[in-house]
Amino acid sequence: MATLPNAVPDYLNPDSIRTGLTRRKLLDQVFVIVGLVLMFACLGILAILFMNLVLDGSERFGWDFFTNFPSRRAERAGILGAWVGTSLIMLVTAFCAVPVGVAAAIYLEEYAPKNWFTAVIEINVTNLAGVPSIVYGLLALGLFVYQFGLGQSIAAAGLTLALLILPIVIVATRESIRAVPKSIREAAYGLGATRWEVTKDHVLPYSTGGILTGMILGLSRAIGETAPIITIGALSFIAFLPSSPITSEFPFISFKWLNDPFTAMPIQMFNWVSRPDQAFQANAAAAGAILLGMTLLMNAVAIWIRYRFRKKINW
Amino acid sequence: MIETTSTRGTPESILRNEESARPGQPPAGAAAPRLNIAVDDTRQTKAITSVKAQVDNVNFYYGQNRALKNLSIPIADKQVTALIGPSGCGKSTFLRCFNRMHDLQPDTRYEGSITLHPDNINLIGPGIDPIEVRMRIGMVFQKPNPFPKTIFENVAYGLRLRGVRNRATLAEEVEKALRGAALWDEVKDRLQDSALALSGGQMQRLCIARALATTPEILLFDEPTSALDPIATAKIEELISTLRDQVTVLIVTHNMQQAARVSDYTAFMYLGELIEFDEAAKIFTNPSKKATEDYITGRYG
Amino acid sequence: MASTAATTKSSDLVLRSGLRYRKIRDRIIETFLLAAGLVAVFTTIAIVVILLTESSAFFEHVSLKDFLTDTMWTPLFADAHYGILPLVAGTLTTTMVALIVAVPVGTIIAIYLSEFASHRLRETVKPILELLGAVPTVVYGYFALTAVTPLLQLIFPELPGFNMLSAGLVIGLMIVPYVASVSEDAMRSVPRYMREGSYAMGATRLQTALRVVVPGAFSGLAAAFILGISRAVGETMVVAIAAGMQPNFTFDPREQAATITAYIVQVSLGDLPHGSIGYQSIFAAGLVLMLITLIFNVIGFSLTRKFREAY
Repeated sequence: MATLPNAVPDYLNPDSIRTGLTRRKLLDQVFVIVGLVLMFACLGILAILFMNLVLDGSERFGWDFFTNFPSRRAERAGILGAWVGTSLIMLVTAFCAVPVGVAAAIYLEEYAPKNWFTAVIEINVTNLAGVPSIVYGLLALGLFVYQFGLGQSIAAAGLTLALLILPIVIVATRESIRAVPKSIREAAYGLGATRWEVTKDHVLPYSTGGILTGMILGLSRAIGETAPIITIGALSFIAFLPSSPITSEFPFISFKWLNDPFTAMPIQMFNWVSRPDQAFQANAAAAGAILLGMTLLMNAVAIWIRYRFRKKINW
Repeated sequence: MIETTSTRGTPESILRNEESARPGQPPAGAAAPRLNIAVDDTRQTKAITSVKAQVDNVNFYYGQNRALKNLSIPIADKQVTALIGPSGCGKSTFLRCFNRMHDLQPDTRYEGSITLHPDNINLIGPGIDPIEVRMRIGMVFQKPNPFPKTIFENVAYGLRLRGVRNRATLAEEVEKALRGAALWDEVKDRLQDSALALSGGQMQRLCIARALATTPEILLFDEPTSALDPIATAKIEELISTLRDQVTVLIVTHNMQQAARVSDYTAFMYLGELIEFDEAAKIFTNPSKKATEDYITGRYG
Repeated sequence: MASTAATTKSSDLVLRSGLRYRKIRDRIIETFLLAAGLVAVFTTIAIVVILLTESSAFFEHVSLKDFLTDTMWTPLFADAHYGILPLVAGTLTTTMVALIVAVPVGTIIAIYLSEFASHRLRETVKPILELLGAVPTVVYGYFALTAVTPLLQLIFPELPGFNMLSAGLVIGLMIVPYVASVSEDAMRSVPRYMREGSYAMGATRLQTALRVVVPGAFSGLAAAFILGISRAVGETMVVAIAAGMQPNFTFDPREQAATITAYIVQVSLGDLPHGSIGYQSIFAAGLVLMLITLIFNVIGFSLTRKFREAY
């Protein structure tokens, strides 16, 4: 630099390269810190959210909270109707969405020819995943509640949520089916298996993990969905249970509960949140904590299953 | 070519028995050039005495693209026939015609005939079910592809597809197939272990056992050793040589030494066409075509 | 030799009859599978038909001009006005607030995870971030109303208990994982040789990320933002709980206002008779919502497809 001041432009000068580099590396470090802070802020908020709910709702936790119906007095109000309702709705949802979703995924991955018709189905599935949940509520209100005459029943709610999570189940199943290598299919076809035999004996067993994961993630989405169930007209004040699915008389199983009015966990929570009386906020928090706990648990199980199966089969 | 396409696929042609077919009924041209090249050979050391399958004017299309052009060769019964040629020459495509694997892809089309003896059925005729073809003609793939099931279930799968439920029969056939694939001694104590725990060479022999279990009439090998180390390769080659006592073998390989070592007959293909077909000894020592010689001496490919 | 040929013959017959049964079974099963696939198509058709028929009944009473230009939305009052603008304004305002949070935070997290984080950190953090997206929206609503609003009131003492700001911020937080996850996928599929080209010139990680990876993944990032927008537009419970349910033609996030979705919830909570104008109005509102999200979804998906084709 001292010897040849004019020959070397500044941007080629080793010294200035070095100072420039120090600055650039500093920027790198700043970015890493910003990234880490933001990421942990998001995770921290999740933790705060959960703690907030638990603390706010702590005074309500207890056996009574699970066994009491809602009440005008906050400290006596419980979630009996809500959790029973949610369980029954999930039963209907799982029963409808899983077989249909898995079957549709199998069709699209293993059977469907490449033509405009298949493209139409695929575009539909993608688009349905982007439809706001409340629109499903409107669909259910017009179709299930009034056209099919299901009324404001558990069956209507279960079917609505089943349609809502159908794309989730389909997409997850397709992904795990696609992960089964082509060579395995060829091996089975090479032995003279039919399409269904290849699917049933190989593709499905080897993608069980992914399918289960998709199913649980779908149900965890459904369990927290509030808007579509409000739209079809869930009652938030229910002081009775749906009829029991198990009866003392033959055939011991009854489906009368499908037509019963209901409430559900998120509806109950929403109802309590929107009350002006502060005492009910504790009920809302407690219900929210339970709901959030259930969702997180389901997600954790899904992640665990995914991990387990990924380890088990290593292509 | 035109006559063969117009006549194939009549239902009778599938179930016709050998005697009635011999006098030169369609597929036309099947009788006359049956033993074309090898029989003409004067040395007669390994002339084809019995033909397991006769390929006649086979063309194969991916959409508009003609991948195989007018192939005609005899496949000798209980012998090893190798298909060689530079990559992209269509040898694997040709091999996959024999068990109709192309039917799994849309927009593929066969022309001509591959007549399987002694039943005289045209394997690529439209009247015959590809699944039936695959049940009768086994295949071993490039990469070992055992199912992620137990060793036993892998071998038993083809039998189960055929509706075999009897445990004793299954056990017996599985043992027979594993012995046939020279794997029995290594796995007899761990038949219930996962097949994925085996080494690459063992996996490939398991795949051979899986194909053998259903007593195929022809066994196809699609570059079976390309994913294996030299020791495993040697074992597979030895196995293929012994297999010729039980089954007709058709093998695709890009390794010329391998073709020379294991095959009785060799077909050299280039750009979808058959350049030369002859006894392996002749192809590798004294090929009649310049292109074959160039390939064998390593001038291209 | 001869005896084996004979056994082959008889077993061939068995083989063929078994095969016939297996093939018939295959056909039947395929029909069922196809029917399942068609459920998705029927759902779409049903959504369109229901929204259109109920809305057309609505538009027999209300002119399209009033619907699109009137600045009041009071279908349940004696002096009924049917201008969708206040609801659209509320929806756009909360969405804007949400994007101001979600786009920068989501992108930075995505860049960090894709370009800086170790494999192990990425594999641990991603599922946890996805948990953020799995929290029921009603819980987020509670969070907005009882935690975020009081905090904001410390900064803006005038802020009412219901306001779009807190709802929008929480929606933003809610879609961060979604934006981050889609963007990260896009950036990770930028081929390695492009990064190596940049590193070989002496670029730092950040320079490579900002000058090579982000431009390379641009359409994927755009798709992430647009799909995020479509989520924010359709979000219901957070706004219904925290932003209030009064239609209010304003773009000021500090005020309370109803969104399209909040209005539908509000009407559904009441007991409107089937076939009344109020009942039909939620379908008209739903139709507008559907159209907005549809536009964003179509743009978003076509961008992702474009991106996938690029590499």
